[in-house]
Amino acid sequence: MSELKKVGISDYAVARAPDVIVTYALGSCVGICLYDNAKKIGGLSHIMLPDSSMAPRGETNRMKFADTAVADITRDLKNMGAGRLTAKIAGGAQMFATPATGAMGNIGERNVKAVKAALAALRIPIIAEDTGRDYGRTVFFDVATGIMKVQSIGRSTHEL
Amino acid sequence: MISNYEELQDMHIDVLREIGNIGAGNAATSLAMILNAEVGIRLPTVRITDFDTALNAMGGAEAMTVGVLLNFSGEANGMIMFLLGMDDAQNITSVLVQDDAPAEEGLSEMKLSAIKEIGNILGSAYVNSIALLTGLHIDLSVPYIAIDMAGAILSVPIIEFGAVGDKVMFIEESFFTNEQKLNSNVIMFAEVDTLQRIMGRLGIEG
Repeated sequence: MSELKKVGISDYAVARAPDVIVTYALGSCVGICLYDNAKKIGGLSHIMLPDSSMAPRGETNRMKFADTAVADITRDLKNMGAGRLTAKIAGGAQMFATPATGAMGNIGERNVKAVKAALAALRIPIIAEDTGRDYGRTVFFDVATGIMKVQSIGRSTHEL
Repeated sequence: MISNYEELQDMHIDVLREIGNIGAGNAATSLAMILNAEVGIRLPTVRITDFDTALNAMGGAEAMTVGVLLNFSGEANGMIMFLLGMDDAQNITSVLVQDDAPAEEGLSEMKLSAIKEIGNILGSAYVNSIALLTGLHIDLSVPYIAIDMAGAILSVPIIEFGAVGDKVMFIEESFFTNEQKLNSNVIMFAEVDTLQRIMGRLGIEG
């Protein structure tokens, strides 16, 4: 039986085939699907901020930040026996057409950049990407096939 | 000193609640003027709550939602977001804009700008309540609008809050006229030094 695992904001989950992992309504956050195609082991991380150095005092959730979340989920996947990983990423939208001047600037774009840097540091190649623009995305990651399905309001669903 | 929203004490939350109450009262007055009708308001609920609770109150992560965002700056920095469910957005704008655009095609351009203006006026009502209580000089940006999944829209304030904790200030307000009921939510984010300044102005140790 395939199980549907839900990932919230600042959260991640790992799974084996035939499970599906979902995260709903990514806005400026980024969803990162990591996959070992040979062993059919995968994980989905939903990060909110680029860098753990932005953490407030007393912050304990490493899953919130691109750098620490990518490192931790990769470690968990390796512990499950995963070998060579590839990545597919989605999200990082700019939901409102505000000028990128506030403390956060264009946070969607910064999140995407940080995710790419974190993946590059671990030598994990990105093989598909649906990022930026100005709309929300729900991501289903099928660990049986490695397909990332992206759903948005008023747009056709597509598989990457 | 408060360094994040987790550390707010009851007395701080009471201040925020009072800002919310005054803001909602001002908002009802503004709304009455726009709608040219008497507008009543139920006592708003002001909560410092986590992201999931706020999302559930809005019908879940994928509920189609209209968000109007205003940034404020000057002696107080932060953002205020006015949130409406799609049905409420259709209802309120149909009072203001008589056009024949079918509802299933979403909000027409006219209705969109009406919502933006309502968000602008209601958002200003809250920010003015801070200015009124504290005497701080606050500038407000133009309104920005997005229509999308609730989770995606809420990601914007939640990210701002994220650098200072996992809680948001979430206001549920309910306006009514003779014919209509309008449920809306407001999320207000003030930077930590702004929170401290507000508390300081009110003689409360921030």
